[in-house]
Amino acid sequence: MCLAVPGQIESIHGNEPLTRMARVNFGGVVRDASLAFIPEAKPGDFIIVHVGCALSVIDQAEAQKIFQWIHEMQDGASKGRPSNEIPG
Amino acid sequence: MKFLDEYRSVPMAKKLVRQIHQRTSRTWTLMEMCGGQTHAIMKAGLDDLLSPCIRLVHGPGCPVCVTPMHVVDEALDLASRPGLVFASFGDMLRVPGSHGDLRGVKAAGGDVRVVYCPLEAVKMAIQNPSLEVVFFGIGFETTAPATALAVLQARQAGIRNFSLLVSHVLVPPAIETLLADPDCTIQGFLAAGHVCAVMGCTEYVPIADRFKVPIVVTGFEPLDLLQGILMAVTQLEANHAQVEIQYSRVVRQDGNAAARTLMESVFERISANWRGLGEIPASGLGLRAEFSAFDARKKFRLQKFEDFDPVECISGLILRGLRKPVECPCFGASCTPEFPLGATMVSEEGACAAYYRYRTPSTSVPHPLP
Repeated sequence: MCLAVPGQIESIHGNEPLTRMARVNFGGVVRDASLAFIPEAKPGDFIIVHVGCALSVIDQAEAQKIFQWIHEMQDGASKGRPSNEIPG
Repeated sequence: MKFLDEYRSVPMAKKLVRQIHQRTSRTWTLMEMCGGQTHAIMKAGLDDLLSPCIRLVHGPGCPVCVTPMHVVDEALDLASRPGLVFASFGDMLRVPGSHGDLRGVKAAGGDVRVVYCPLEAVKMAIQNPSLEVVFFGIGFETTAPATALAVLQARQAGIRNFSLLVSHVLVPPAIETLLADPDCTIQGFLAAGHVCAVMGCTEYVPIADRFKVPIVVTGFEPLDLLQGILMAVTQLEANHAQVEIQYSRVVRQDGNAAARTLMESVFERISANWRGLGEIPASGLGLRAEFSAFDARKKFRLQKFEDFDPVECISGLILRGLRKPVECPCFGASCTPEFPLGATMVSEEGACAAYYRYRTPSTSVPHPLP
């Protein structure tokens, strides 16, 4: 129910805060989404959309941290002891 | 799809699973709050991969599952009325009320329409001025802002034939209720990432402090869930109980202020009845007095319906993390997704439906890892 899907803004339409909309590309499927909750969004941004409303602009630097962390993770840490710090 | 596929990497998931096993000195019981997380865990078989280090129990984070029967009966009453369009998310159509479901009302001629977005219901009202349009507003903090936006758009458009049957509920009071139960065995939480995308994390800090449980705001893909579990385990092994964000590509510490402001301008906190958990103070959202013209309960003078659950259904215990679906004698026998007894079997995100789909005895295969 709280499913939200990432997509990329292709274009933005309207200036009125309550009715501002974007054309959003979800892996090839293009749908409209409301931008009422993320007025800062701009074309090219990746956003998370839930029931037709964008909730958040994806932070692309944060999105990569997990892969770097897993890459650096050392197997073989002792029981109950971290092998490296988890990014906050 | 970008920002989904890369979080499903099998080699990386295996590495995280090994790491969780290595860091765990005993069995820890964690609850994932959101039904979407439950579904992803069962689909990827994460519970099997992490056994016996981690025992995952499945929380009441499926709005379809916790919507009480009296609200479904209110929906059936409204949807049966001539001249009225009842607009609902598709998930709610099969939820049984005391005398049938919305699918049955539609088959009998009721004008029940499935919408993907609450704003579609506003458009329907504008395009059909001779009909009354009622939108079924269910969901958590993730969904409530969209319902609020629909109300504000309807008011801006000056339409009078649009109203709401509201049954929105809030996650933190439910977590507090679960943790205050003397039978509670939950030692850490994976909080629902998209709820926190709206609300932020501040409400969870006093809960983590009071009940001494780590709460990790977690995403929905296998790598997200495994990293969230690893963060919770690392805290538990170090005897810490803090709020952390795993899903940092989407969730900010203070959430989405614009969404919250709109939501709070339309709704106020009220007491709400949860299927399986009962009445929880300040755990629901009701329309503020200035928006009462959009309240379908008042507009159509709905009668009071009673709540009851089928006596043989243990969904209440499942929603509190006290039982697993497979421990129910009805599971897969008298209760199936086609003929569900309780809401946890109705919704695809319900724990029983997820077990039925991915973990019936014939499909339950032990995983070779780690």
